Amino acid sequence: MSKRVKGNRPLSPHLTIYRPQMSSISSILVRISGVSLALGFILVTSWLLAASTSVEYFNCMNGILTSWIGMIIMTGSVWALCYHSLGGIRHLIWDMGFGFDLKSADRMGWIVILGSFVLTFVVMCYSGAFS
Amino acid sequence: MNFKTDRAKVLGLGSAKSGAEHWFGERLKSVALIPLTIIFVLIIAPLIGSDHASVVASFENPLISISSVLFFLVTFKHLEEGLQVVIEDYVHSKGSLLFLIIFNKLFCWTVGLAGVFAILKITFAG
Repeated sequence: MSKRVKGNRPLSPHLTIYRPQMSSISSILVRISGVSLALGFILVTSWLLAASTSVEYFNCMNGILTSWIGMIIMTGSVWALCYHSLGGIRHLIWDMGFGFDLKSADRMGWIVILGSFVLTFVVMCYSGAFS
Repeated sequence: MNFKTDRAKVLGLGSAKSGAEHWFGERLKSVALIPLTIIFVLIIAPLIGSDHASVVASFENPLISISSVLFFLVTFKHLEEGLQVVIEDYVHSKGSLLFLIIFNKLFCWTVGLAGVFAILKITFAG
């Protein structure tokens, strides 16, 4: 913002003023899940690097990822991945020009949120984390 | 006396130069990541927590190896572009903006290429 527009001018209502809406909350969660996936990406890369280095390093890294704290982070990463993917597909649908009416936007928001938990459960079952 | 028309004076001065290609590239990577992520999760989820021998055995399959490398290449670029958008949206001081954008590129390239290196080393050297 250039200097001359600063000063005691009225501002448009900010995020903190608005009541949280389905579209705004589900959209910002795509961003938050995307940023936090950087951690999951580092962990999976370290795990692969350990596997490529030696059996000892692999067992160590495997132990970290399957410890209780590792399981919490990995389950969280799986949820973030599911949410970011579903939310990303929703943004692609919006980019193509569909689903802008309130009813569709709301419905897609619920599909993304509920779908992310269902998908997380499916992936965790498939990974053998519960067995 | 200026003989330039109004249109000629402003032509090429706007912000829209290579934005459309960049925007399209971002979407293209997102679309590519839908099948790549599904394949990578199907590959990697059962391997985390299993033993070293089964990890090495899995990557002997060239399809698994190639699709994992593809996943890493597209993901690190998608992560870099995504994080850069977030940085540009929320960081307003010019110094930290420049620092974070460079650090972000360095970070994403390093992690991405480390992943590709690891996959190739497991594939070729076991």
